[in-house]
Amino acid sequence: MVSFLCAAVIAGMPLLFATLGELITEKAGNLNLGVEGMMLMGASCGFIAGYITGNPIAAILAAIIAGGIGAAIYAFLTITLMSNQVVTGLALTIFGTGFASFVGKDYVGKVLPDTIKTFFMKVEIPGLSDIPVIGPMFFKQDIFAYGGYVIIILISIYLYKTRKGLNLRAVGENAASADASGINVTLYKYVHILIGGALCGLGGAYMSLVTVPVWQEGVTGGRGWIAVALVIFASWNPVKAFAGSLLFGGLSILGIRLQSMGIHISQYLVDMLPYLATVVVLILSTYKSRKEDQPPKDLGNAYFREER
Amino acid sequence: MINITKREDLSKQKGIIIRIAAIILSILFTGIFINLLGYNSIDVFYNMVTGALGSEMRLQKTIVKAIPIAVASLGILVAFKMKFWNIGGEGQIMMGAMAATFVALNLDGFPRALTLVLMMLAAFFFGAVWAFIPAFFKVKCGTNETIFTLMMNYIAIKWITYLQFGPWKDPNAGGFPKIATYPDNAVLPEVFGINIGWIITIIAAVIVYIFMNHTKKGYEISVVGESLATAKYAGMNVKMVIITAMLVSGGLCGLTGMIMSSSIEKTLTIYLSNGIGYTAIITAWLSGLSAPFAVISSFAFAVLIQGGKFIQIALQVPASVADMIQGMILFFVLGSEFFTRYKISFKGQKGGEK
Repeated sequence: MVSFLCAAVIAGMPLLFATLGELITEKAGNLNLGVEGMMLMGASCGFIAGYITGNPIAAILAAIIAGGIGAAIYAFLTITLMSNQVVTGLALTIFGTGFASFVGKDYVGKVLPDTIKTFFMKVEIPGLSDIPVIGPMFFKQDIFAYGGYVIIILISIYLYKTRKGLNLRAVGENAASADASGINVTLYKYVHILIGGALCGLGGAYMSLVTVPVWQEGVTGGRGWIAVALVIFASWNPVKAFAGSLLFGGLSILGIRLQSMGIHISQYLVDMLPYLATVVVLILSTYKSRKEDQPPKDLGNAYFREER
Repeated sequence: MINITKREDLSKQKGIIIRIAAIILSILFTGIFINLLGYNSIDVFYNMVTGALGSEMRLQKTIVKAIPIAVASLGILVAFKMKFWNIGGEGQIMMGAMAATFVALNLDGFPRALTLVLMMLAAFFFGAVWAFIPAFFKVKCGTNETIFTLMMNYIAIKWITYLQFGPWKDPNAGGFPKIATYPDNAVLPEVFGINIGWIITIIAAVIVYIFMNHTKKGYEISVVGESLATAKYAGMNVKMVIITAMLVSGGLCGLTGMIMSSSIEKTLTIYLSNGIGYTAIITAWLSGLSAPFAVISSFAFAVLIQGGKFIQIALQVPASVADMIQGMILFFVLGSEFFTRYKISFKGQKGGEK
């Protein structure tokens, strides 16, 4: 059971980064469906940088930059040129998928150097890792995962406890009002979409650097799309996003586990659960009256000052 | 100072010119990119075009590829015209293919024409049902259709996987997890060496064109897309309009699934659609949501896909180049739309404006 929970945390990590990335993006009022593309860009560039340099920091930086570049294309099109966010996001996913398999074609099947593998080995945090269940689950993980915990805390504080976070939420709720109160809407959108892209890139890199340190095409396997759904599942709350990532990570490996335990339920029906759960959450969330559970009001709308 | 104003009076010609300019720019841009990566871009493009259109057989293959993209695009554009972001084409295609397969495998011995018509009806119906679910919740509780339709894709694909590995597994395949191949009476006949999907495409395009431009329902769909407030003020039954449009949209995607399963694969597999539902969104958008142009842009994309496969063999250039070109073209066209909707004027500092 504990080993299952540990595996669930690992399976949930790429989802966590990508979900937080999309969450930040959506808080700025932009729906970016290019998560899968940005993850793949991050995964491929991170892997290649790691393979060439053998330096884990270089690998992570490359992933951040690659995800950020993907997001920059999206940001320029949707903010400055006010293009349709849905279609632009889809274009980014197609572009990112092609980009990743193109730049990664010479690396298929290649294994990362040991310097990186050892860097991302599991590290026990003394004291905390002795707590039953929770210890081995959360505090016997790799350094990348610990980074994920830190980011959840940072984003939570940023969104709910700082002036800038409040401004950001204002931009997402009502760009025109935010503009009127002197917030630089364009700048806020750009910055947070870029941060979001960088996080998605990290999510992809987790797959290619930690989960499977071997390059393979389409390594993210549709996780970017689950991340888009998870943002809704988590009702735009970073802490709930963490819980959701663990749950979805667990569900994604549940089928195989059940089979090995001799329980004969089709793995494919179990695989369906995360998506069914999202649909149910989607429907239920429309009945929720609590304001903080609702999507940012201006989500998906381009902001053109003269149309106020 | 740069001044941006909304444009109201753009001639159709100018719009088309801007679009074509964007496509040319995107090709130039990708060309430079390909060169930077150490390939000869002229060679790559030349081989892509000849690989897709260079001989009768290649052209036939390209058209076969274009058919499902075109029919799905027609479906997608009906929903998009209403600003209902149906990105669930993939799932609707799969469910349509499932229904067609059920008919095909259970009606052995029926006359061919009857079997095929029943398959089409079943596929249309199931695609429509799969689209109805998100549409229903959209009008009932206002759920976000983008995510809902997307989730329906995954549910459909997992469901088909379950069928393929479980109840529908062909017992004669020696334990190999595949669904039985269609009997001959369930396979689309060929005309001019291409399955009659191309005739269905043309008929569907004409019907969608007439539906969208010359019927009351079609008009209502575009009004709902333009302005919900106007539609309500004019006394339209907005909920019914949304449901109808999604039934048509999903139905056409379902029909796509039938055409694919009955011509290309001759069975149902989890890889049947393989992203056509997403590609169709792009082609629909590139066409400016117009039925005849959707057929043209679908063909252009089939050239890209087919050409991409060809350069992989001919020049050892990975087919993913074609994916990147697709993304690039779309980026440029999306960007160019700014110039069709807004006017930019440059004004001197003296003009009193800040």
